[in-house]
Amino acid sequence: MTPPDLPNPSRPSPPESTAESAAEPADFLPDESIAMARSFKLNLSWQAIFSIVMFAFMYLPILVLTVYSLNESPYSANWEGFTLEWYERLLQDRRVFFALRNSLTVASCAVLISAVLGTLMAVGLARYRFPGKKLFLGISYLPLIVPDIAMAVATLVFLAAVGFPLSLGTIIAAHVVFCLAYIAIVVSTRLADLDQNLEEAALDLGATPVQAFLQVLLPQLTPGIISGCLLAFVLSMDDFLIASFTAGAGATTLPMEIFSRIRTGVRPDINALSVILISASALLASVAEYLRYKNEAKPQ
Amino acid sequence: MLCIEFNRPTRRQLVTALNPHRPFIHAHHPTRGNAPMLQTAPPNADLAGRESEFDVELRKVFKVFNGETAVRGVEFGIRRGEFFSILGPSGCGKTTTLRLIGGFEMPSAGEVLIRGQSMTQVPAYRRPVNTVFQSYALFDHMNVRENIGFGLRLKKLGKAEIQSSVDEVLELVKLEPLATRFPKQLSGGQRQRVALARALVNRPAVLLLDEPLGALDLKLRKQMQYELSSLHQNLGVTFVMVTHDQEEALSMSDRIAVMRDGRIEQIGTPQEIYDAPKTPFIADFIGDTNLFEGHVDQCDATSLIIHTNAGLELRVERPEVTEGGRLDRGSAVVVSVRPEKIDLHLYPAETTTNTFEGRLTHTMYLGTHIQFTIELLSGAVLTVRQPSNMAEHPAINTPVFVSWSPTHCLALAAR
Repeated sequence: MTPPDLPNPSRPSPPESTAESAAEPADFLPDESIAMARSFKLNLSWQAIFSIVMFAFMYLPILVLTVYSLNESPYSANWEGFTLEWYERLLQDRRVFFALRNSLTVASCAVLISAVLGTLMAVGLARYRFPGKKLFLGISYLPLIVPDIAMAVATLVFLAAVGFPLSLGTIIAAHVVFCLAYIAIVVSTRLADLDQNLEEAALDLGATPVQAFLQVLLPQLTPGIISGCLLAFVLSMDDFLIASFTAGAGATTLPMEIFSRIRTGVRPDINALSVILISASALLASVAEYLRYKNEAKPQ
Repeated sequence: MLCIEFNRPTRRQLVTALNPHRPFIHAHHPTRGNAPMLQTAPPNADLAGRESEFDVELRKVFKVFNGETAVRGVEFGIRRGEFFSILGPSGCGKTTTLRLIGGFEMPSAGEVLIRGQSMTQVPAYRRPVNTVFQSYALFDHMNVRENIGFGLRLKKLGKAEIQSSVDEVLELVKLEPLATRFPKQLSGGQRQRVALARALVNRPAVLLLDEPLGALDLKLRKQMQYELSSLHQNLGVTFVMVTHDQEEALSMSDRIAVMRDGRIEQIGTPQEIYDAPKTPFIADFIGDTNLFEGHVDQCDATSLIIHTNAGLELRVERPEVTEGGRLDRGSAVVVSVRPEKIDLHLYPAETTTNTFEGRLTHTMYLGTHIQFTIELLSGAVLTVRQPSNMAEHPAINTPVFVSWSPTHCLALAAR
């Protein structure tokens, strides 16, 4: 096989038709440079090809989904014409909105609680020495490693054992468990990058420990806290397993709603919903990235 | 490599070379005592009613971390307005000692006093000291002006007052044009000045400097040494600096405490430390020196004859009393001879005292000086430093003669 990226100056002259179409520029460009320009077009490195293949591998399903969500045909994979009908129908679907509201409630509450606790945990672990710290550290990041299904079953069994009624609140509690670990780990990373003497410098200048935390440490940790929260928010919105195990009656989150509908066959309004979800998270990620970029660019 | 500049101007010469009309002192020195600032202490050393002549006093201070003793019974007093350096190799406990003064560590035993008042139970934020950290620890989310005003804002001073105080220090450290920049937009030297200004604006009784110039390149370091030293002269504030750079300590300090393994080895003026080190460690650590281990063979009232382990016979002026007591016949000693005190000849000198034949093995050109490495016939290797304008440079491998006067070397009790 000839590698496509090798420039080939000794290539035979192009077929007649292209030679004719290229006749005009040939008036002011030497033949050789045209040949070079052509071979340059085909000159894709294997890295570029690999990247294209990988991107296709990752994003082609999403593209197909998007196309289907705009397809008039509700069942077949054949293209029968463009329509926004599924989006319209989705917007009138009250169950979806109910589930979305539940999901947003769970994610916001879980993230808010975890943001406060996770930040305090990260700071506490970095600042203080206490017996059993290593053990504590290992246990607190365990939710990142334990499989979701194990967490889900464990939570359900525990709640049943103590006779705690399942509700939206139990989903929030279960989500706090892993959101806390994610936020704490992101904040810890940020904290490790900060000047170790920062808090001491504030104390030195007369700030009480509380003032030093609020006026110096917290503002410097904010980017870390925000990115930790975004990560946790997305994970919480996305979670199906834990939520479905710990949900009470009527506490249906969006992933649960989607799953229950998909069991009776993939319908185009679910495609539409998925496209909206993907777009929303892409927008969120872009905003977060833009904020980060602006924050980093500001000093320069 | 350690290197001392011998034609460096003295501190006093440096200061007179400065513009004596620095606005900061002339405009504010008289009012400093009246300024309504918590951390302000009256500038006049002769103020009546003070119990202590010391700004900082450490009494038998120990600090133990997880069973490891970092500071072992350190005791010293730092006089008002003094530039005091704590010098030592890394891990000797010097930074811990500074942090004990700053209040970032509490002593395991002993007492820390500032202006005669016990600070042992006083947290960092209530001590009348400010620190310049080695890493500067600037607040990245605040601009230069906000960084400097941080301490004053915490004291709830009026806006106008903060503004004028900050302007004053900005001028002092020559940062006015950069007042609205953020720390990340500044160079290392500029950050250093911000850190300095942020501490000085609070008018501390004592300014603590933790390796303040460690992160700067050589040229900038020299310049900042000069500026720090002139700031100290103009402000009259007590400076306590921690450094591992002996040259920095020698050139800037009024007094130096040399630390080793958590203990103070010697406290003295730069000249005392350099010319009359009390222990072989200090002789070796401060500047370059040639050390000969041996024992006292004969002694009379004025001099000692010392036989070195390498078989040389040295005549040394008898020291009054050394750390380890009086040196007598049989005492183990270390003889220290500074490279610049050794004379180098191509022919045997007239005297035989401390005169040895050797072979030149290495020459290093140091700009103002030339450093020769000489292997004596006994096998001992000697470093000799001569001004670079010396008439004739011996060639490598030529036989040479070295000699020094008994008054130019020092016998120290070996441990």
